[in-house]
Amino acid sequence: MKQNEIQDELTSIRSLMERSSKFISLSGLSGVLAGVYALIGAGVAWWITFGSDYFDQLNYTAYNDSVNGPLHANWQKLALTGIIVFIASIITGVVLTRRKAKQKGQSVWGRASRQLLFNLAVPLVTGAVLVLVLIFRGYFSVVASTTLIFYGLALVNASNVTYNDVKYLGIIEILLGLLAALMPGYGLLFWAIGFGVLHIVYGSIMYLKYDR
Amino acid sequence: MKIPFEKLDKAFENRLRLQIMSVLMVNERYDFNSLKELLDASDGNLASHLKALEKEEYITVHKSFLGRKPNTNYEASAKGKHAFKQHLDALEQIIKNQKI
Repeated sequence: MKQNEIQDELTSIRSLMERSSKFISLSGLSGVLAGVYALIGAGVAWWITFGSDYFDQLNYTAYNDSVNGPLHANWQKLALTGIIVFIASIITGVVLTRRKAKQKGQSVWGRASRQLLFNLAVPLVTGAVLVLVLIFRGYFSVVASTTLIFYGLALVNASNVTYNDVKYLGIIEILLGLLAALMPGYGLLFWAIGFGVLHIVYGSIMYLKYDR
Repeated sequence: MKIPFEKLDKAFENRLRLQIMSVLMVNERYDFNSLKELLDASDGNLASHLKALEKEEYITVHKSFLGRKPNTNYEASAKGKHAFKQHLDALEQIIKNQKI
């Protein structure tokens, strides 16, 4: 066996170990777009909640659980906004990830991606059900922090089957969520940072690091 | 300089066997169809090399059913993992010796 043959062998082993256990076709660009959708969604949510009273409401005190508060009155519209942002992000993610997987010659629906989806789904579904319970019991002020925390847990849980960078994004989301729980009036702000700004920043990093 | 070719494991002379083993090193279990897709191998070729690894007791086979379809999973044995590591060490050694 010649030296470069052995080198080839070792390279192929290394790539197989990674490809067989990790899903490395996640698209960074879809992260950026998800962040943009989230920021638009946060803007719409702000407009729904405060409407034309925009400047009167800058003190956020209206953001509470009271039955007369704007959250209680508008929760259906707010939930719909969130669901639309979520679905748009998922569709973008699936389409762009498919494209990238094709370029990389990795199958989109394989062992690694199934594992990734399962690892994401367990905390996400738990969080979603808990958020529904919170909404129906009127605890609107902790919804933003709950979604951030469970999303962060899902990312940490999924990070062992994809890029390791996802773990740090998850940890930051969890910290933001805990901070949001401490400052109940600022849920939307934290939500916009966590799902909007962070996705744009992280998506850009991933794009520069892996997509090009 | 003596090159330690004799330390290379005969069972891993075939590229496909080495590839199967590297997948099983990082995954607890891997099923036949996923292996086939990942390694881009034919049914017969893959099956015969899996059989060879099984004969060496480098892997263990778990057969079960998913509904009515048979689902065969493979797992690296302790002996297989050890042999794989030694084989890799030997490969590395060869490269090092040739560089000097």
